[in-house]
Amino acid sequence: MSPQRLLSLAALAVLALAPLVVSEFSVTLLNYIGLASLVAIGCSLLTGVGGLTSFGQAAFVGLGAYTTAVLTTQFGWSPWLTLPAGLALTTAVAMLLAVITLRLSGHFLPVGTIAWGISLYYLFANVDGLGGQTGITGVPPLQIGEHVVNTGREFYYLVWIFVVLALVAMRNLLDSRPGRAIRALRGGVMMAESCGVDTQHYRAVIFLVSALLACLSGWLYAHLIRFVNPSPFSINLSIEYLFMAVIGGASHVWGAVVGATVLTVLKQWLQDILPRLIHASGNFETIVFGLLMVLLLQRARTGIMPFLSRFLPLEQPVAVPDLEPSKVEPEATLASRPKPAAGEPLLEVRQAVRRFGGLVAVNRISFEMRAGEILGLIGPNGAGKSTMFNLITGVLAPSAGEVWLRGERVDHLRSRQIAQRGVARTFQHVQLRPGMSVIENVAIGAHLRASGGVMGAALRLDRAAERSMLREARVQLERVGLGAELLAPAGSLPLGSQRILEVARALAADPMLLLLDEPAAGLRYQEKRALADLLVRLRGEGVSILLVEHDMDFVMNLVDRLVVMQFGEQIATGLPHEIQANPAVIEAYLGGVE
Amino acid sequence: MDVQIALLLSQDGLTNGAIYALLALAIVLVFVVTRVLWVPQGEFVSYGALTLASLQLGKVPGTVWLLVCAGLATALVDGVVAWREGRWRRLPRSLAFNVALPLALAALATWLAPRNPPLIVQIVLSIALIVPLGAMVYRLAFQPLQRASVLVLLIVSVAVHFAMQGLGLVFFGPEGARTPAFTDARFELGVMTVSGQSLLVIGASMLLIIVLYLFFERTIYGKALRATAVNRTGARLVGISTTLAGKLTFTLAAGIGAVSGILVAPIATIYYDSGFLIGLKGFVGSVVGAIVSYPLAAVGAVLVGMLESFGSFYASALKEVIVFTALLPVLVWLSLRTRHVEEEDEE
Repeated sequence: MSPQRLLSLAALAVLALAPLVVSEFSVTLLNYIGLASLVAIGCSLLTGVGGLTSFGQAAFVGLGAYTTAVLTTQFGWSPWLTLPAGLALTTAVAMLLAVITLRLSGHFLPVGTIAWGISLYYLFANVDGLGGQTGITGVPPLQIGEHVVNTGREFYYLVWIFVVLALVAMRNLLDSRPGRAIRALRGGVMMAESCGVDTQHYRAVIFLVSALLACLSGWLYAHLIRFVNPSPFSINLSIEYLFMAVIGGASHVWGAVVGATVLTVLKQWLQDILPRLIHASGNFETIVFGLLMVLLLQRARTGIMPFLSRFLPLEQPVAVPDLEPSKVEPEATLASRPKPAAGEPLLEVRQAVRRFGGLVAVNRISFEMRAGEILGLIGPNGAGKSTMFNLITGVLAPSAGEVWLRGERVDHLRSRQIAQRGVARTFQHVQLRPGMSVIENVAIGAHLRASGGVMGAALRLDRAAERSMLREARVQLERVGLGAELLAPAGSLPLGSQRILEVARALAADPMLLLLDEPAAGLRYQEKRALADLLVRLRGEGVSILLVEHDMDFVMNLVDRLVVMQFGEQIATGLPHEIQANPAVIEAYLGGVE
Repeated sequence: MDVQIALLLSQDGLTNGAIYALLALAIVLVFVVTRVLWVPQGEFVSYGALTLASLQLGKVPGTVWLLVCAGLATALVDGVVAWREGRWRRLPRSLAFNVALPLALAALATWLAPRNPPLIVQIVLSIALIVPLGAMVYRLAFQPLQRASVLVLLIVSVAVHFAMQGLGLVFFGPEGARTPAFTDARFELGVMTVSGQSLLVIGASMLLIIVLYLFFERTIYGKALRATAVNRTGARLVGISTTLAGKLTFTLAAGIGAVSGILVAPIATIYYDSGFLIGLKGFVGSVVGAIVSYPLAAVGAVLVGMLESFGSFYASALKEVIVFTALLPVLVWLSLRTRHVEEEDEE
């Protein structure tokens, strides 16, 4: 048995036995920790993993609590029916907020949720049917069959079963195709979209998941306390849930539980001790929380979990699939896309222009590429080569001109849609998730070649697709010579290898057109040779390659044709030996003779 | 509703809107220069109102101790950094600003408070006690995080809000305060009565906006802040320190907050935690301009004031719900105007 599994079993045993030995008061505290953990797990996914923030989580808790309180007390519903009702209501609200904020920059989601959190709080407090500030009493207890769950100890098991289920689902989710897409969100939208990840979709998904967990917590809360009033659902509580996620850190799913425990216990203790110190009553603990968070974010932004990981075997490495043919199930290979026949027209750029304010970075560039060709795009620094890449891959829209891919005009498409059409790229400034393993980074590249959503991942119904994606990632890594580094964190590789990792990631997408932005920079001579050999082999397999590179030996021995740019203008197009003899090119590179 | 009520409500709305506009401008300023979504702007408002209220009662305001404590903490941090880096050159300046200045202000306030000085002296003293807090907050909370992402800065911002609100409770107590009106003058203008108080608030806001405009257009520091807002790296390359820009911005924000607090003090009863909601209304206003446009932020803030005023007439209990829900259509509108964003975020 792996040490991780042993640790999980030990934790489960402690959880199961705890209420038998601790005091009634501690059971109550543990119940609150469990309820907070549910919300914090969502915050951890949303903020820690996905890089978004919500100040409306307490309002979602309130939505869950009030839905069940109103439906059970005023309409006589069974609590087991009010849970789906609350979840449905939460879904509607969360999707509305997601739709109207997620097209904007990341900081508009928190702004929108502040509005939602405050509005709902005042609605609870001021609508007559909701009991106003006094709230709603007489919420019935939960009943399982004939059995009424009405002691703290019984409720404890109910709460923590939900917490453990949420943790398992979250761990499963993060270790899957949608999970990698979610983990890629924080690394910048550009990389994720270039791999075909619909970042808006996944941002909406994690916001929804976190809202649903909060709603579940609220439902449990209402039936534990059997009374609801507005105060536990204020924006301050939303901020505390966020703090829990930050304290624990997102490096491990248990972080949310650790954060919830630390903050809940600390709050209990501070509310006890501070009023006596200050000789006044009030919520003075907010001062300590505030200062603590500032210090934590300045000094240890990753929270407590990385510290705990040093002492406990928390990290569960990804299961690397075997490559031996005898052990590979036949269905475990991803389908390949049919490549266009050599010589078929592939890419055509017509009079492309891109302006940034007054600067014309790309000015009326035109060229075409045929399938099975390696085309070099060269030019001095600042010539507009990377801008040209961004125009072809949909990161930028051209100010004028057209880009055609296999007879289809694509210049108005987003990078994700262009990725779907079989275009993969690397970046001049490496874009990868430094904390994720090498093999997982490459598996992001295969995102579009498999399917499978969040539910399937959470329930582990996706293992066959998952194995084939990781297998593909491993195949591509072996191919580029990084087979020995599969489980290393991508950020630990030297820069040259990180560029090669990006090549493997692009290959995992099974592209027909590969755009490489300075792939050989930072490589040693032997590594450059190996890269050149690989590119030639790829050409043989029908992959067309557009290459930006400064190493002229590397370029001239490899490419079929060249386009030369200078200050955004196209100064030459032709075969390598023509370009080498072209006076304009020589002048651009060496400077003219005055 | 008849015309008279509508005019009265508009007057109220404009008055509050003028204050929200000041706060919205401060929030935009802080965001464009430092990328901090400055949630605690309202805390300066509470501090300003409660400081003035204390002085009017002849009491030494709690701000005095808050300022001295914050100054000592800042000097301590500067001292530790100086010691660790072995660079002592800047320390005297830090000590002067963070220790000597607060102590001098504290002495002055303690001496003046029981002597019931004229209103204008009380106002100037209140502002003087709060303005230095801005740079201290920047130094303590945000200066070490200059390269952090907007997300991290936002979480720090709400953490600072938590701390400042709690400290407000410690230093001002749970009681609310409302200062007497600055003037009882009233003017008949056709069918409506205009209160001198409203004119004063609107006039003061507009004056401050003009001063800010001149500061940004005409002075070297104002231009430095604008340069930083346009391009932080570029500004640094021409010698504008990000730290200086940050401290200056937060100083301005604290000043604007304090003035807003003084203007709002006679209009509403202010508690230690009232500022948060007032500041958030400024925030709602600033979102109309996507938190980057000053004029749109001011327009948005005035709309918030109007909405609140008319909202409280129709459904008094739900006015906050109305104001904050109004943000949603604004977000829809912003969303429809945006093509798509591909922004970068760091670890």
